Amino acid sequence: MIQPQSLQRILAMIFKEIRQMTRDPGTVGMMLAMPLVQLMIFGFAINNDPRGLPLTVELNDASPFARSVDAALRNTGYFKVTRVVSAPGEGEQLLARGEVQFVVTVPVDFGRDLVRGRRPQLLLTADATDPAATGNALAAVEQAVAGAMVHDLIGPLAIRQQGPSPVEVVVHRSYNPEGITSHNTVPGLLAVVLSMTMVMLTALSVTREVEQGTMENLLATPLRPVEVMVGKIVPYLIIGVVQMAVILMAAHFVFRVPFMGSIALTLFATLLFMVTSLALGFTLSTVAKSQLQAMQMSFFYMLPSILLSGFAFPYRGMPQWAQIGAEVLPTTHFVRLVRGIMLKGWTLADAAGEMGVLALMLAVLGTVAVRRYQDTVA
Amino acid sequence: MDEAPVIDVRGLTKRFGGRTVVDAVDLSVARGRICGFLGPNGSGKTTTLRMICGLLIPDAGEGTVLGFDMRRQRSAIKARVGYMTQKFGLFSDLTIAENLEFFARVHGLDRRGERVDEALERLGLSSRSGQLAGSLSGGWKQRLALAACVLHEPEILLLDEPTAGVDPQARREFWEQIHDLAARGMTVLVSTHYMDEAERCHEIAYIAYGRMLARGTIEEVVAASHLHALQGEGRLEDGRGADRLAAEIEQRPGVAMAAPFGAAIHVCGPDAQALRDAVAPWADRIAWRETKPSLEDVFIHLMRGAEDRSVAVR
Repeated sequence: MIQPQSLQRILAMIFKEIRQMTRDPGTVGMMLAMPLVQLMIFGFAINNDPRGLPLTVELNDASPFARSVDAALRNTGYFKVTRVVSAPGEGEQLLARGEVQFVVTVPVDFGRDLVRGRRPQLLLTADATDPAATGNALAAVEQAVAGAMVHDLIGPLAIRQQGPSPVEVVVHRSYNPEGITSHNTVPGLLAVVLSMTMVMLTALSVTREVEQGTMENLLATPLRPVEVMVGKIVPYLIIGVVQMAVILMAAHFVFRVPFMGSIALTLFATLLFMVTSLALGFTLSTVAKSQLQAMQMSFFYMLPSILLSGFAFPYRGMPQWAQIGAEVLPTTHFVRLVRGIMLKGWTLADAAGEMGVLALMLAVLGTVAVRRYQDTVA
Repeated sequence: MDEAPVIDVRGLTKRFGGRTVVDAVDLSVARGRICGFLGPNGSGKTTTLRMICGLLIPDAGEGTVLGFDMRRQRSAIKARVGYMTQKFGLFSDLTIAENLEFFARVHGLDRRGERVDEALERLGLSSRSGQLAGSLSGGWKQRLALAACVLHEPEILLLDEPTAGVDPQARREFWEQIHDLAARGMTVLVSTHYMDEAERCHEIAYIAYGRMLARGTIEEVVAASHLHALQGEGRLEDGRGADRLAAEIEQRPGVAMAAPFGAAIHVCGPDAQALRDAVAPWADRIAWRETKPSLEDVFIHLMRGAEDRSVAVR
């Protein structure tokens, strides 16, 4: 039985807490927005059975059979045939750059061999860095091709439908032939861990100075804003480098993740990403009014970074609005970079595009942070 | 002594969201002087100090600090001024020695180790140099903060309510240190609420509602107020002390303020005769004698005057 006086005192606490909460609309707003964002992401954006994946057909044969294979693939719904190329090897390049997820190579004389009952091979090359993104689609291919043949091999050719399938579909899982999930997640983890620590550490460390009143003292000294920023960033960079070393070593020695590209390029890209994340953290800290807000903002950034960047779920499985949203996140670009370099052996030329995006983000965030971070107290 | 004043600012004005916090303040302080900066809470003392040390840019007004333009040469000013914030602004999670070392580095001082050791010696904290600054008591924190902001031997020291919440013993020692520093040529601008501290200053500046209301030595400020004061002692018919009359007397014409002073009563007003007339009804039981108006009288009088004016403006 609660005594009336006790109830009174509890009510006093409740009113005080609610009033304090309403004094901080930013925090309340974020608390209310969080479930909405999560609903959007989990309910609509995430899709473990991605469809409409970009596929290129490398057509080395002009027979009608090849055309109908093409049509059948489109009809599965799993693929969106973005291009039809005819130069040998071109499909491979598109795959390496990550522009398409699949390449179907229709060999020379496909139609003639089919008619003659020679069981021509249809080569399906998949970018299997993320096994989850390709799994179901691969299963659909064989069925689609078989269906197309039923449709096409009519009249005298119907005889080819007896016995084994008239076309042999050869599936080649590039970059991760055994479909080992950790090959994909461990490099991605580098992106997630780094953005988590870099963004949050900086956002918190600057707001802490403001909250504890030490910032006023710092600003009263000859320290310039840029000097404060650089001084705060360097120790976190060291932490980031240690994290990177741990993850890369674990990737190599424990998870046996193949390391196709150059280590130097990996280090350079990672450093670029770390600095971009630090600049983002600094920008957040100039907006946040308290450590609590800074913490919430970092979480608000982390959630889509993990879920939309392609780290946890296939990027191509998301609807377009989510893909556009993901493009804004530095993590998305770094996930691609680190996977590209480690698993696909990207060279500087391959990586230049994504690195350019990161550099642009760094320039924007850095400018905003320096401008907002003044050497005056108000 | 025809050296230019080290702080020389005119028309300083600062607004925050439409509210004028500091309104056309002029201030000049000569080298080696201790200037007490007084005024009620929220009167703009901190904002003025921040403008002088380059932490805020005034919306209007100009001036020089140590000959440097306060708008364009703020980093030069910051390097030569020591500013002690109202709130303890050192790093609680660093030790005493580490805090001092940090400020020595920031100011690019030579002989860092020696200077830090000297400062610790002067503070009497050599044996506790490894203690975290956050674990110090209020008085020690304040002494450490002072040590940190004079480490680079600034020419001007700005202290924002440095002794708030500090015991009398520590306050006295603090002021002795301030006088030592001033004797060595440091100019000190110190904000305070304590009248006894105001009296330790060479000169005072009184600011209320963002406006400078009085400036000069204590004698000058008191004289300029044209206040007269009476002290009354005795007992009323019902045995109550004279102090109980305060509320009643204050309503009388010619009385600016009446305040109990222990068992006695302290009354002041702008006109000596009017003041005598006002207390006449109690002349038989209470002995009235003339006294010097206190600094507190002057300030409260000034503040009320400013309040009235600010109301009238609206």
